[in-house]
Order: sequence, then structure tokens, then C-alpha cells
Amino acid sequence: METLERILGEQPFFAGLNPEFLRLATGCANNVRFAAGEFICKEDDPADRFYLVRHGHVALQLFAPGRGAMTFQTVGPGEMFGMSWIAPPYKWTYDARALELTRALAVDGLCLRDKCDHDHDLGYELMQRFLSRTIESLHATRLQLLDVYGAKV
Amino acid sequence: MAMSETASMGGVEDRTIPCVGRVSARRIESSDVVTLDVETPEGPVRYAPGQFNMLTAFGVGESAISISGDPASGRLTHTVRAVGPVSRALCNLRPGDAIGVRGPFGVGWPIGTAATRDLLFVAGGLGLAPLRPAIYAALAERSRYGKIAILYGARSPDSIIFRRELEGWRGRFDLHVEATVDHALDDWRGHVGVVTNLISQVEFDAEQATAFACGPEIMMRFVAQALVAREMRESDIHLSMERNMKCGYGQCGHCQFGPFFVCRDGPVFAYEAIRPLLALREI
Amino acid sequence: MNDGVILSCADLNALIESLRAEGRRTIGPVARDGVIVYDDLESIDDLPAGMSDEAAPGHYRLARRDDDALFGYAVGPHSWKRFLHAPVQRLWRSEGERAAARVLAEPLSQEKTAFIAVRGCELAAIAVQDRVLGEGETVDRHYRARRDNAFLVAVDCGTANGGCFCVSMGTGPEASGAYDIALTEILEGEHRFLARAGSEAGQALLRNLPQRAATAEDIRAAREVVARTAQHMGRAMPVGNVRELLARNPDHPRWDDVAARCLSCANCTMVCPTCFCTSVDEASALDGSGTARVRRWDSCFTMDFSYVHGGGVRSSVSARYRQWMTHKLSSWFDQFGTSGCVGCGRCIVWCPVGIDITEEVRAIQASERETEARHGNA
Repeated sequence: METLERILGEQPFFAGLNPEFLRLATGCANNVRFAAGEFICKEDDPADRFYLVRHGHVALQLFAPGRGAMTFQTVGPGEMFGMSWIAPPYKWTYDARALELTRALAVDGLCLRDKCDHDHDLGYELMQRFLSRTIESLHATRLQLLDVYGAKV
Repeated sequence: MAMSETASMGGVEDRTIPCVGRVSARRIESSDVVTLDVETPEGPVRYAPGQFNMLTAFGVGESAISISGDPASGRLTHTVRAVGPVSRALCNLRPGDAIGVRGPFGVGWPIGTAATRDLLFVAGGLGLAPLRPAIYAALAERSRYGKIAILYGARSPDSIIFRRELEGWRGRFDLHVEATVDHALDDWRGHVGVVTNLISQVEFDAEQATAFACGPEIMMRFVAQALVAREMRESDIHLSMERNMKCGYGQCGHCQFGPFFVCRDGPVFAYEAIRPLLALREI
Repeated sequence: MNDGVILSCADLNALIESLRAEGRRTIGPVARDGVIVYDDLESIDDLPAGMSDEAAPGHYRLARRDDDALFGYAVGPHSWKRFLHAPVQRLWRSEGERAAARVLAEPLSQEKTAFIAVRGCELAAIAVQDRVLGEGETVDRHYRARRDNAFLVAVDCGTANGGCFCVSMGTGPEASGAYDIALTEILEGEHRFLARAGSEAGQALLRNLPQRAATAEDIRAAREVVARTAQHMGRAMPVGNVRELLARNPDHPRWDDVAARCLSCANCTMVCPTCFCTSVDEASALDGSGTARVRRWDSCFTMDFSYVHGGGVRSSVSARYRQWMTHKLSSWFDQFGTSGCVGCGRCIVWCPVGIDITEEVRAIQASERETEARHGNA
């Protein structure tokens, strides 16, 4: 448990969290690994966790008939994915697939939500972190949407 | 530096007159991007990484194209995207064809003053072309620099230019190379997402790092902001600007960017110098 | 010599004759199509004697004077720019195998010219274009050749029109700067000209003309001509640091206001004696034997001017007007160490909707003062 707490504390997402909060969060986390090509979650599955990637890369994809799997983002070491557990309807909105052998920390969202409900200070601290990740990904999505690299037609 | 070199390249004092070069090799980079090697009658050419030439497709017109080759080779290399009549004509040139060359023009990357520092090259799309001479120059004297990272963003895997070279650089132990695309199908094993995402994944000493970025203006703005968020100084971030150019030396007026002539005072500018202009619309 | 000599009308004609005898093409003001333009003149008989110009924003008419003044008007739509920085200039042509074996530079103009009646504002404009095109790191050799071949006969302005604001720009009405000979037309008493040399060539030429020495009375009369004109300026550039004012106001609402009036016709840039922007075109021989590159005046008011693949950088009229005026009055200092405006007023007079550059500056200045007053930190 002590090592898991240390590993969790080393993740950028939890960096600088006070020890008491970190201990609470660790109670909801466990180590996971996925083989290359393995699906980590699929669109429309119940979303009850998020992942902090430690090694390897994960592709976030949407599949369209006739076009195949389209990757819109890849997630690597030090990055996180999965925020659908925070708000209803608590469903994954994409497929996540390991591109190679991937080690990650899975954090149980139900467990964390419960702790946040009981301790709003913890909740406030974590929601700020989730919000800043959301804003970052929103900025990146805008840039992607603008399709700035190609020749304009 | 190169301003004074120019006259010798064309063999004439008049900077409006191109010299007649010959295309010696042509490589297809992607569906609309071609790299041309050009031989000029004067033999080896000298230019600073980041400078550009005005290239003429005879009978069609002239366009400002950055130099994308190895400055140590003494050869001219240009990478052109077919977007208009002139660039399309340039892309269609074949080995042996004549091509008009004026230049080199402008101020390049301050690579010489970045010795001992960490270097970050951040490129978007065709923006890798003007950065490549600087990368060659840094690799030619690899031991003079700290960590070197090349971060490259492209629209899709098939629009990546200099692919084989990027793969070669990626295999080196003394280089950190990451490429990301906006969209990919399942067969792409690399990153997907914007190039700014890669900045958080690179290790560098913000106090002792110099960044060189080139790509669409909007991408460079976000790159500069991401680098500043990593506590880099605005004076250590350099961007290469693009504007309409006709002459190359500040006399046709087209490339004005606030008080600057992009052709003469740039195309490479310190972010510190142009940050207020980048925030203005239609400047 | 600097006190000058007095020339009669006949002596002035002798001046033109001796310039022509040197093989110079003499160019000066002539009335044509209801305006005063610069064109070839053979003698003083070609000058618009007894004419004046009546000008206001968007308005220009020739009128009769009640005397026979030879230079009794200010400036028309032409400036000397067209004879130094040619509106159309071939730069080179190519020929040979597939029209691209050889590039042949366009020969330089060998034509020796004399410009008659160059005004103070125009001497200032020539000095500005000298900085842009004729000096420094890159010299435009076509400009340089024409400039070096031109002999400048300046004239002090004896009258100002409604567009003039040279006094506020420090460029007139007295001719100063790089002239070879400067004249003041004196109508009081005998019709005569006070002539002074500004160069050795001017001095040499003057020396051989019939003349008499200027008296104290001649000099007083000449000073009075200039002083009177200075008091009759059509308008004035507002006092204050216009360079800084425009540099800090790129987002001022006035740009949208002027854009609602501006037709983006480019007249102001064409008549401006300092606007130097050009574009190039490719011309091919019909039989495919050669191509040529031709340079033409261009204007920052056109959409194509700032085109980068996909579109123009300055697509709105407001951005294009801002570019022109900010360049002229502000960033020109950063680029060339001087203002790009000489106060000739042509952009005001030849604007089809009468936009007045001095008024636009005044409006931005006034709104800033108003804001300062409201904020109590004036």
C-alpha cells in the first residue's frame, strides 16, 4: 500500500496533493496492465474509473463503418484519461485501446466520488484538477478542429 | 549575415534578377509536397538556417520558399507545397528543368547563440522544412548543445514530410523525437493530438533552453504559450512568420507586420518582439 | 551666391533652354484634362500661366488667377514619383531554351531629366523615397539611375490649396533639401524669380544665365511670398506625437468608422508621393520564346496585397486603412527613421469620399483625450 501511495503521488495528476488526500485517493487505486491491442474500455460501457498511464501508450478511438477506427488522441506516460464517471450518464464515449504493453493506475470513480461526497475539501481539490485537465483538452480539441496544417481549399 | 552573400549568388548586384539554376533531384514528400535539389551556376551556396529564397517558375511567377536542406552541403534544397499557380509549377519541375533563384533573404534561426543550451524544435505541417537546416546544423555539432528535442505535428500520417529522416533521428540516443497527428486510422502507432501536448512530455531546462517553432501562425501562438507555461523566457522562443512577399528585401511593402518587414527583419523573430502583434487581428 | 540672383520670365525660359541644351528632358507642370499634371515642357509657354487649383477633400478644380503667375497653384494628382519610381518597370527578361536559358537584366534608364517646379513637400517626398529605395542595404538600381539623372528645379509655394498641410509636417512651403536650383516667384512689382543654387551643377547653370544680383528688397519680397503661403494652409496635422498615438491604437473604433466611408479604391496610395509598394507580374511572349518580369505600383488597399495561401491577411477595409495610415504616420519611423507623410494633401483631395488623414488623426486623438478626462488622469 505504501508503494502504491508513492507511485500515485508521483503521477502529475496527483502532484502536490496533501498526504491525507493522497492516502484517501490511494484507497481507490490499483495497478493495472494491458497487452498490446487490448481494449481498456469500449464506447457506451459504464464509466466507473479513470486511468493514469505509467508506461506505454493508449489510443482513444471512435469507430465508423467504412472508415474504421479513427484515433483522435493518444495518451502516454504521465497523462490521464477517463472523466465520464464524474457526471451522468456515466458512460464511456470512446474506445480506449492499448497500443503496446501498457501499465497504468486505475482509480475507482465510484469510490472516489463517495469520498469526495464525504469530504468536500478533497472534492474541491480534485475537481479543480479535473477541470484544468478538461480545459487543456478543450484547447487541444479546438486546435485540432481548426485543421491548421493542410492546404486550404 | 546573408544579406551580403546575396549578390555573389546571383552573380549580379541587382537583387531583382534571379540566377538560372537547374533542378538536380526531385522527391515526393506527400500528396502535395515536393522537395527539390537545385544547382546554381555559382557552385556551392551559403545560407543561414531559416533563410529563404525567391524561386521562379519561368513564365508563371515567383514565390518565397524556405531553404530546407543541409547548410553544410553547399547545395540548395527547397520543399514546396502545391497551393497556388506558382508553387504548383515549382512542384511540377523535373530534374534538368530551369528554375530562377534569388536570395538567400532574411534573418534565420539564432542557432549559433544557443550553444550549451537545450534545444527544442517544434514544427507543424510544412513548418518542419525551414527548421530542418537548423536541426542539421545542431546535429553537426551535437556536443555543443544540451538536450535536443524535435516535436512535430502533422495533419495525418500520410502528410508527414521528411519521414525517413525523422525515423532515423528517432533512432538516435542523443535526440528526443516525437511526432503527432491530428487524425489517424488504426495503422498509425504514433501520437494523436496537437503538438502542444508533446511539450509537456519533453524534459528540458526552461532556464537554459532555446525553442525554435515553425508552422501555421495559430499553432505557433499556442506553442509559444505552452512554452511560456513551462517557464521559458519569451526571448528564448523564436518563431518563423509567413507573409506575402514579392521582393525579399523590404522594398515591395507586402510583408509588413506592424513595424517589421517579415522578409528583411524576419522571417525568424523572437516571440518577445512580436507577441503584441500576434494578438492583433489582420495586422 | 546663396543670396541668390534675380531672373526675369525670359531668363527663366533661358534656364529651361540650357537644361534642354544639356540633353535633358524637361518635365514640369502643364494643365491637361482639367488638372495640373507633370509632363514634357519645351518652354515657359507650356506652364499653366494664370492658373490656380481649388482643392478640398474629394474636390479639385482649376481656376483662373487675376495675374500671370507661372507657379500660382499647389499640387495636382501627379507627383515626381512617377518619373523616379516608375509605375511600370520591366526588371528582366529571359530567353533561350524553353524561355529560361538566360536572364537578361533590364538596362538602366540613361535619360537625363530636369524636373521643373518641385515643391517643398515634393523634395521631402523624394528624400523619403531616397531612403526607401535609393540608399541603404539594398538599392533599387532603376530608382537610383533615374534619381541620379534628374536635375531638380524647386519652387517655393506662392499659394496653398485646400489640401495642403506642409507647414504642420515641416516640409514647406519653402523649398529645402536636395534641389539643384530653387526659385521664388515674386509677383509684387516686376514679375521675377529669386533663384538660388543648391548644388554645384545648379550653381554652374545659374552662372551662365542672364541675371542680376538680388537686392535686399527682392529677398524681403521673396520671404513674404513664403510667409503668406504658410498662413494659408488648407489644414494641419494635429500637434502631438502621432507616431505613438497610432502605435497604441490598433483596435480603435475609428478604424471601423473610416472603413464605412472608405471605398478601398487605392487612389490615396497612387497619388501619394511616398507610397512605394509594388507587385510583380510575369509576362510571356506569345511565341513562347521568352518571359519577362514586370514590376508595377501596388496598393495595400487591394485584397491580394496581403495574400497568403488561402486568403488575405487584411481582409477588412478597416484593417487595410489602418495599415496604410499607421504605416504612413507611425511604423514608417520604425522602418526609415522619418514620417511617410509630407503634408501634400493629395490623399485628401483625390479621395472620392473625401477622407482626411488629418481629421482621422484628430478623431483618434480627441477620443483618447476624452477617455483620459473621464478617467480623471488627464
